[in-house]
Amino acid sequence: MDNTKRYERLLERYRNGDLDRRSFLGLIGAAGVAYGVQTPFAKMAFAQDVTQVRFDGWGGVVSEAFRRHAFDPYTAATGITVVDGTFSGGDEYLAQVRSSQEGEYNIAHLSGVFDYARYVNFGLDVELNLDNIPNMELVMDALTNAFRGITPDHLSAVPYNYGTTGLAYNRAYISDEEIREKGASILIDPEYQGKIGGWSDWRTRLWYAALQTGQSPNDIQDMEAAWDAIRTHRDLALKYWGSGAELMSLLAEEEIYVTEGWSGRIAALQEQGHDIGYYDAPNSFGWQECLFVIKGSPVEACEELLNFMLAPETSIAVAEGQNYPPALDGTKVDLGEKIPTLPAYDPTGTLESLTFADPVYWNGNEAEWSETFARVQRGF
Amino acid sequence: MSVEAREKRQPWILLSPALVAVTLLLLVPLLFIVVYSFWLRSAVGPDIQGFHPDNWQRALTDPFYRYILLNTLKIAAITTFFCALLGYPAAYFITRSSGNKLILLLLLMLPFWISYIIRTMSWINILGSSGALNTLLISTGVTSSPIQMLYNEATVILGLVHFLLPFMVLNIYVSLDGIDTNLEDAATSLGATRWQAFSQVTLPLSLPGLAAGGLLCFVLGAGTYITPLILGGPRDAMFANLVFEAIITQLNWPMGSALSLLLLLVLGALVAIYNRFLGMSQLTKGLG
Repeated sequence: MDNTKRYERLLERYRNGDLDRRSFLGLIGAAGVAYGVQTPFAKMAFAQDVTQVRFDGWGGVVSEAFRRHAFDPYTAATGITVVDGTFSGGDEYLAQVRSSQEGEYNIAHLSGVFDYARYVNFGLDVELNLDNIPNMELVMDALTNAFRGITPDHLSAVPYNYGTTGLAYNRAYISDEEIREKGASILIDPEYQGKIGGWSDWRTRLWYAALQTGQSPNDIQDMEAAWDAIRTHRDLALKYWGSGAELMSLLAEEEIYVTEGWSGRIAALQEQGHDIGYYDAPNSFGWQECLFVIKGSPVEACEELLNFMLAPETSIAVAEGQNYPPALDGTKVDLGEKIPTLPAYDPTGTLESLTFADPVYWNGNEAEWSETFARVQRGF
Repeated sequence: MSVEAREKRQPWILLSPALVAVTLLLLVPLLFIVVYSFWLRSAVGPDIQGFHPDNWQRALTDPFYRYILLNTLKIAAITTFFCALLGYPAAYFITRSSGNKLILLLLLMLPFWISYIIRTMSWINILGSSGALNTLLISTGVTSSPIQMLYNEATVILGLVHFLLPFMVLNIYVSLDGIDTNLEDAATSLGATRWQAFSQVTLPLSLPGLAAGGLLCFVLGAGTYITPLILGGPRDAMFANLVFEAIITQLNWPMGSALSLLLLLVLGALVAIYNRFLGMSQLTKGLG
């Protein structure tokens, strides 16, 4: 709560007759004395006067949906401006946050459990007061539990949406039957040499390499076989894409016929009329995204925004805009007509049908695997 | 204070804002990078501080980094060669044109008004499967299906030539413009053919400009990472991409610092060699 709000509440109590004049003036005077005594820290106290909160997300249709359905109404209701920035990848954003001053970045739309663990490891987490976010009760427990596994005594983020990175394919060249028959191995099928794409993210490459070599993505035993599968894919692929926009462009322009892709982006392509199919092969890469509050942020103002963003009407509108199912439990909230049709949507609210990455396993191997991938990608 | 002492101090007073800016904005950050390069990355959490030569040892001995560095220098050299090949005739034409020189120079500067990234991405619309060139080839019956032209080393070089050509043309133009045209006339009046006059008089005199343009193109080309990212295939990478990946993707700032300093040292050595034989004055003429 900022000082202005404290004063307004005090004034309201006085006007309502709940506080006598002597007490009111006494409290105002005490506040003045307190402010004077801590003069050297007045600058810090002044920083608590929250006028804006910075939000960083993925841009594109996602950002537009947030702006229209969440930020503008929030600003109208609270007077706090939401400044929104974009990033092209979680790694790049973490590098920015690490080199920034505390408080410069506030809320980020991060890739669920991976980034949550990394931010916690770097000491960038805060302790949210969930009493200030009553809409958290509507969120699926399966999503929240993933964060509690990393920070059992507190949460620094709220789950916001989830999706999969499944197989996206051009139906003019690849049939639904063929994709079901070949599954993830279609990405290393020489028949489509030069027409295969892939995300440049090392985790996704390794996840699909595990599927292509018949291994569990959360327990890869034969690493050499997995790296070989990545090498094969590299030699057959035309391009590693680096952003959702690039993914959509490559598929829409028919530069590539098949790639793994983000369910929401593929749904957006389908909405635009492109005949692009989407298939989640067994153990397809499931992920969730969260709204993470970064250390040094005005936590109460952020909690207020998070609660606003989790409100069903906002959450559903954003989800429909970005084509990713919201974190809200479909058994507790009526999610409307469109969301149950989105790829990866789980009507049970348990998410048992999706395979999520084990953050301890993947983050524990990050240093070695990310570097090895850089070498393998370049022909080593 | 004597007049002599005041005159001695004056240049330093005038230079002090620039010196402060260079110190704070260039030397101090560079020092941070040097310090960082001797730290070590931890598996999770903050980096390990101290004096550890491990990153430098790897950067200098690992064949992977050597391969990418040599490949980067190769791409920069090919790019510089094509820039010179295409830039010299253009610069010569502008120098020798009579009335419209200013318009031609303005046209040369026009690409700088558009973002480098947009200019690079424009090649996707030209060379893509459904791009302008393939559409033309298919509609004229030259080919029945799109030709795959994008996402290889050739398109990376093409993008770099597109980006760097104006730097080359400007440098050669400045050099050519300073040559007295009567020299060529004198050569022909003494019996030389037009080609001999050009190759034995004008070309040697314009070499400093060509070298300055070459140095600029080479250094800028070797330090780029956007072009291979947009126009390259999965394997295509330059040394700056490794720096980007080390710092951004792998969060290995110490290794990224060592790699960026290594690139700086290699390119700095080239600039030093250039300065030793040709001097920096030609370079500043071209930039000015």
